[in-house]
Amino acid sequence: MLGYITLLLLCQLAGEVAVRLIGLPVPGPVLGMMLLFAGLVWKGAVPEGLDGAAQGLLRHLSLLFVPAGVGVSLHLPLVAQEWLPISAALVGSTLATIVVTAWIMQRLAK
Amino acid sequence: MSPAADLQAIWVYLATTPLVGLTVTLVAYQVGDWIYVRGGRNPLLNPVLLAVLVLVGLLTATGTDYATYFEGAQFVHFLLGPATVALAVPLYRQLHALRKSLLAIVTAILCGSVTAAASAVAIGWALGASRQTLLSLAPKSVTTPIAMGISEELGGLPSLTAVLVILTGILGAVGGAFVLNWIGVRDWRARGLAIGVAAHGIGTARALQVNEVAGAFAGLAMGLNGLATAVLLPVLVELFG
Repeated sequence: MLGYITLLLLCQLAGEVAVRLIGLPVPGPVLGMMLLFAGLVWKGAVPEGLDGAAQGLLRHLSLLFVPAGVGVSLHLPLVAQEWLPISAALVGSTLATIVVTAWIMQRLAK
Repeated sequence: MSPAADLQAIWVYLATTPLVGLTVTLVAYQVGDWIYVRGGRNPLLNPVLLAVLVLVGLLTATGTDYATYFEGAQFVHFLLGPATVALAVPLYRQLHALRKSLLAIVTAILCGSVTAAASAVAIGWALGASRQTLLSLAPKSVTTPIAMGISEELGGLPSLTAVLVILTGILGAVGGAFVLNWIGVRDWRARGLAIGVAAHGIGTARALQVNEVAGAFAGLAMGLNGLATAVLLPVLVELFG
């Protein structure tokens, strides 16, 4: 288990380093996810310990967004001045994005 | 010393350690989750939203600033990195499904990506938002670090973008299921992709709680949407800006 937690951190670290070296427009952890995914495809199976480590982290993924969410409260006055166009844009765009993506996927996927 | 003075002394001590910030974050989230489960897993009772409301109330009531709170909360926040990497595991479990409908997946994500940015800017523009606000709005469906980078590059306000990203995530996590039910999309792959494109990590976290397939597709959509937006948005702004 400890070894696989280290593996997750190593993938993130490799991602952070590569993103900065090559100047990629994605965050280190996202590249790290792609690296681990490539590794799993290459290996052809998920080791049991890795599965446990990943599930442990992902079971409470929502919790991990709480500190950033609290941080938002600090900057809410930024939204206040133009709250009407901003809230309409957020609601309208979220709705449109969900509908477009889901419909296209449902129509095209077999 | 009076009991009140004792408490004061204890508080002064605790305020300098990360213990309180970390503990209240975990407690608030579990309170949120308890209400969510008690409320029949109604998406409106999103545990992240509830926890944030509880904590904002608590910080305001005790006059604690965010930096002090974050001393403790940073330990939770830090785990976002390795958790993002860990999304490779559920994604790998869907390898077969990915291979089978790769073209559909990429098409859906690209269309969703353009819709997210274009519709936000169009609605904001029609209702008279300033140019800086429009540029800050454009990347709001993308995971925070990418969104802030894009916003800065475009001439938006990265801190405003960060707020809009989180608000969008909560909005998608709270309302996404209603929209998908309303338009009658039941395929977990399509539901996951839609939530991942529209509401990045917060939507992905929500999707993972509901269904493993949806969670894996949401994680994939979050990653590819981030990449697509980072590449496409500067070009679109150059063309239409």
